[in-house]
Amino acid sequence: MFTVISIMFVGIAVGFAGKKISFLSYIHQSISVTICCLLFFLGLSVGKNDHLISHLPVLGGQALLLAFLGTLGSVLAGWLVWRYFWKKGGNP
Amino acid sequence: MKGSLTVIGFFLLGVLLGYIHCLPEGMLGNDLTSWILYALMFQVGISIGCDKKLKEILHSITPKLLLVPLATIGGTLAFSALAACFLSQWSVWNCLAVGSGFAYYSLSSLLITELLTPKAGPALAAELGTIALMANIMREIMALLLAPLLVRYFGKLAPICAGGATTMDTTLPVITQYAGKELVFVALFHGILVDLSVPFFVSLFCAF
Repeated sequence: MFTVISIMFVGIAVGFAGKKISFLSYIHQSISVTICCLLFFLGLSVGKNDHLISHLPVLGGQALLLAFLGTLGSVLAGWLVWRYFWKKGGNP
Repeated sequence: MKGSLTVIGFFLLGVLLGYIHCLPEGMLGNDLTSWILYALMFQVGISIGCDKKLKEILHSITPKLLLVPLATIGGTLAFSALAACFLSQWSVWNCLAVGSGFAYYSLSSLLITELLTPKAGPALAAELGTIALMANIMREIMALLLAPLLVRYFGKLAPICAGGATTMDTTLPVITQYAGKELVFVALFHGILVDLSVPFFVSLFCAF
């Protein structure tokens, strides 16, 4: 956990220090490429795992439940904030 | 949207190639994916560090504005923990890790797979990573499709909270359309903050 977070902080420092360097503006493209690469590898390990493939409908159902509850929770909390703090007060 | 499809396309290509076992075993070394993930986190850090909007956003924080990302994070985590009651296979921490993707499906699924591998083994880690990928894609789709209904029944902040980390890019157009132009700034602020929180929460919950 700490490895991942500390690497990100080093990145933040590098990005902050090198703000003016123009090639850094291509960082979003290189992030997309890295993500595609990693998801390809994740796909490989999913595909070769027969147990996982046969359980895909079950996993999909679990994912749907998590997605639904997560969205519902945030929507309800957002509704409370809207109702009690935002609606009457006007602009933020 | 085109970007999201490319990303999912690469995942599906991987699934297909893995399924027909056409690649040599050695290609799946865990070390390799760890290093690529580190490279990814380094780049994510750089993109945060050199973001010019970030300074403006941080300067404009007001308690009222901050309540919106807090509602998203708090509401999502509370209800994701609830999901553990129905999913006996996964612990509360596993459910929280999936929930704290906040619709940022690529990063959250990769982090979960990588961080859980040493503890739960590669098979189980890939399983939860796949759930995280699907759950967070579904959340983005729900936010996109349900935006008008959410505004009508739960107020103008609801589509922003539902959109999670995506409210500064993919779900911004629907939020603008249904919640109104005056909420664009709120959506951007919210998206950036929630986006930043994803690596922290996911690695935190994977540590338990």
